[in-house]
Amino acid sequence: MVRTDTFRIGTGAGFSADRVAPAVDLVERGHLDAIVFECLGERTLAFAYRDRAADPGRGYTPLLERRMRAILPAAIANGVRVVTNMGAANPARAAEITRDIARQLGLTGVRIAYVQGDDVSQGVGPDTPLWEGMTVGEVGRRFIGAHAYLGADALMPALEAQAQVIITGRVADPSLYVAPLRHHFGWSGDDWQALGAGTVVGHLMECAGQITGGYFADPGYKNVDGLARLGFPIAEVQPDGSACITKLDGTGGSVDERTVKEQLLYEVHDPSRYLTPDVCADFTGVRIQTLARDRVGISGAGGTTAPESYKLTVAFDGGYVAEAGVSYAGPGAQARAELAGRIVEERMDAVHASNSSLRVDIIGAASLHATARRYHDQAEDVRLHCAQRVSTAEQAELLLWEVESLLCCGPAGGGGYRGSITPSVVTYSASMAREKVTARTEIIAA
Amino acid sequence: MSRRVLLREIAHARSGDKGNCSNVGVFVYDGSHYAAVSAQLTGKYLKRSFGALFTGEITRYELPHLNGFNFVLQNALEGGVNESLNLDGHGKSWSSLILGLEVEI
Repeated sequence: MVRTDTFRIGTGAGFSADRVAPAVDLVERGHLDAIVFECLGERTLAFAYRDRAADPGRGYTPLLERRMRAILPAAIANGVRVVTNMGAANPARAAEITRDIARQLGLTGVRIAYVQGDDVSQGVGPDTPLWEGMTVGEVGRRFIGAHAYLGADALMPALEAQAQVIITGRVADPSLYVAPLRHHFGWSGDDWQALGAGTVVGHLMECAGQITGGYFADPGYKNVDGLARLGFPIAEVQPDGSACITKLDGTGGSVDERTVKEQLLYEVHDPSRYLTPDVCADFTGVRIQTLARDRVGISGAGGTTAPESYKLTVAFDGGYVAEAGVSYAGPGAQARAELAGRIVEERMDAVHASNSSLRVDIIGAASLHATARRYHDQAEDVRLHCAQRVSTAEQAELLLWEVESLLCCGPAGGGGYRGSITPSVVTYSASMAREKVTARTEIIAA
Repeated sequence: MSRRVLLREIAHARSGDKGNCSNVGVFVYDGSHYAAVSAQLTGKYLKRSFGALFTGEITRYELPHLNGFNFVLQNALEGGVNESLNLDGHGKSWSSLILGLEVEI
């Protein structure tokens, strides 16, 4: 059935650590047809694989329970379909947990679908070529897992079964939006124009607050009010895929042509060929037009045939990242911090014979942009920051120890030692023929 | 009369990452500055200014109807989130690095 009305789709999360309250506001007051929670980065999924390996009952997104408990009552009461990749490495378990939460909340009969098939670890071997030029076997690190970016196709059975909550693992971010749009408007899987337009909507929406004034403010140049109570976006989508991006009245942030333009090119390479499993979308004809305060119209996207293979992310054990720092302030602070850095370098080499590369930054003088340019030579409130990637936790401890020992053995007036050891995952990309990837949908009811 | 300004005075920008590749979308606020920025803010200028960081090929895509440019910077993330030990492994701050360049308007 082809629909002609407006489809209202909101974003409840743009990454795994996103705020919860804006999503609650949207399901309560947004008059939405659907809300999408995009909570899966390449690295979060790799960590989820590892969690699942340690405990088969885990491997879903860490804030699943908190988000579901907060949004389900209003979502179900108001008929807002929930679409999310919060299943991460374990969509089945995430669906069970969601069902249990629904029951605890007294929401009976809720239909929860989960989609599997993105985990293609079994189909990847030592000879699998990676986009980076080597094979899996040549990486020289322990293989953790591989997952395919599924497309909107994978969500269609759940939508056709009228599931109220759809939980997936890895799905291309815009496809989480394209699927409900395609289902609602009856777009065919080869309506490239509509799929391209829907992909632009999904691309603009997928980072939640990044289109409503988040990741944008630059005081004095780009002022944004109310970032502490930032509203998340709504797209009012028309049958041809054109849309108005807006947000709820009374929320912080702003939607204007500048926020939309910045997000249009976010993580985009060739704007005429934005590839997803659904379509090769063309952003070059997109028109962005202010309709009213906090209302921006989007139109003019195009699209051509979808790629023939799926993109994979292949994850490996990256060992550990050790980080440690000490601060210096007052006259001569930068020189003292730089001396401290040279001491650490000398000791990691001469005493510990460490062959892992060590990075030394002087926060406040030369850190994020240290490779490109130097902002200060005599900064007076700085922090030495040392970082190293190593294979074992024991090796990581060595760096922390050396930096901490600066307190007594290093330059004058060093204080505020902190150190941390973070497990690391390294990811690369690969391709897999479509016929080797099979999405499966299961439905359970609360 | 022409004058030299920081790009930040006339444009805004946002960075994103994919692997060891960074992209920075740059938009002039006022379309009357588009031609001047187009002529000066080239891949060569970025390479000349920050070649030690932007070590790979730089491609510039133009979106004149949006007053925008998309810079795609290969091998510009010190290895990318996977390998980089930069606190900003995603290069989120590369937008501000570029806005700190001077152009003549």
